[in-house]
Amino acid sequence: MYKTTCLHEQHLALGAVMSPFAGFDMPIRYPAGIIAEHKAVREKVGVFDVSHMGEIFVSGKDSEKFVNHIFTNDISALEKGSILYGMMLYPDGGTVDDLLVYRCFEDERYLLVVNAGNIDKDYEWILKNAEGFDVQIDNQSEAWGQLAIQGPDSEKILLEVLGLPQARDLGFYTFCEQDDMIISRTGYTGEDGFEIYAPIEKTINMWNTLIEAGVQPCGLGCRDTLRFEAGLPLYGDELSEEISPVMAGLSMFCKFDKPEFIGKDALMAQKNGAISRKLVGLEVKDRAIPRAGYPVETPDGEQVGVVSTGYHSISLDRSLAFALVDTDYSALGTELQVRIRNKVFPAEVIKKRFYKTNYKKA
Amino acid sequence: MSKVIPGLLYSESHEWVKVDGQVAIIGVSDYAQSELGDITYVDMPQVGEQIEKAQEFGALESVKTAADLYSPVSGSVVATNKLVEDDPSLINADPYTNWIIKIEMSDTQELDSLLNASAYESSL
Repeated sequence: MYKTTCLHEQHLALGAVMSPFAGFDMPIRYPAGIIAEHKAVREKVGVFDVSHMGEIFVSGKDSEKFVNHIFTNDISALEKGSILYGMMLYPDGGTVDDLLVYRCFEDERYLLVVNAGNIDKDYEWILKNAEGFDVQIDNQSEAWGQLAIQGPDSEKILLEVLGLPQARDLGFYTFCEQDDMIISRTGYTGEDGFEIYAPIEKTINMWNTLIEAGVQPCGLGCRDTLRFEAGLPLYGDELSEEISPVMAGLSMFCKFDKPEFIGKDALMAQKNGAISRKLVGLEVKDRAIPRAGYPVETPDGEQVGVVSTGYHSISLDRSLAFALVDTDYSALGTELQVRIRNKVFPAEVIKKRFYKTNYKKA
Repeated sequence: MSKVIPGLLYSESHEWVKVDGQVAIIGVSDYAQSELGDITYVDMPQVGEQIEKAQEFGALESVKTAADLYSPVSGSVVATNKLVEDDPSLINADPYTNWIIKIEMSDTQELDSLLNASAYESSL
């Protein structure tokens, strides 16, 4: 039996194609289809139900020290109302999860927003490592709904449709608290946008208001095509217990000058050359689509990697992929090939950020 | 409800066949295109290729998935639809007009194993 979000009935009523994701029965696409939903976000605005995401609060005297212990990024200079992206790691450098850390306005309090499929694992990991720290850990995932309103018109929608004038003053990766809601200027699409965390009933009301105002509902299908074009990783595909942030090219979110964090030593070793595989961008010079799991080969046919995510990019009209390849074949410009069904197609290693992002400038 | 057109024959893997003498014109059903969503790529066989019944002859790719195409009949490929190859979304728009390949059948008796419209409709 799959879990459902507070908007499950709304998705069914809108005629969504539903499918299991991370233990939840989630909308993959609405009748408009993935391409129309994707374009709505790039050109105007779309709304996603992301209530499946997890919200874990850390508070108490040692909260800053503790979060810095389990998190790769450095929160010591993080101001109230600001957000950082980073990872939690195992001691061997493998990734527990990637997450956002919000420094709340209340003293000594942080919100960790984690991936839906990892909520239980993360909560246990956090509890286990909290021993000896004066902190309280509170998993509130089931009490919060979450909407992502994404696209160039998203600020206008928050101001005019949801009546949230505070949105105007939020810079990228900052947030404000309004009654029992958290409004943050964040997202997973490469566009300007907001994520609103609210209690269940409020989430349903806001969703209905947005749909009535004509905002395009968007499913997980285009969430994936959008984040992929923007070069953003998905836990399970580009980060995992076997794939460290260094392998995934996310070292900029790991602060090696911090005194310590779980996994730091292993990650340092990787950073200093001890990695066998790296995540790269690939362009296939054909309309054929490189899919997750397809082999990546040298022009001689030797397998040197595997595709982790691939699409025919909707915004760029190019066949693109993320692939984990042997480090020797990871340099930009390297000529490779992808085996698609029983044919091979030439491919070239290119930068992973395929699409030029349009985040709100501070 | 998916549209099913009378007068065509259907396979359980959701291809349709229109018989024109010895030639089988092959496409996919409305059900297949709606399950796939926006189709972005058609992997076509070469003209002249010999294909066995139930053999994979190509694939349709939507944004998220690839679905293999299986031939409802045996024979040799005599045409592929260039229009559909250039604009795969035509299959979404009208799956029964926009055929994918034509096969010169080697054994028209194979048609007997296919479903008629009402049998296919009740299988959905």
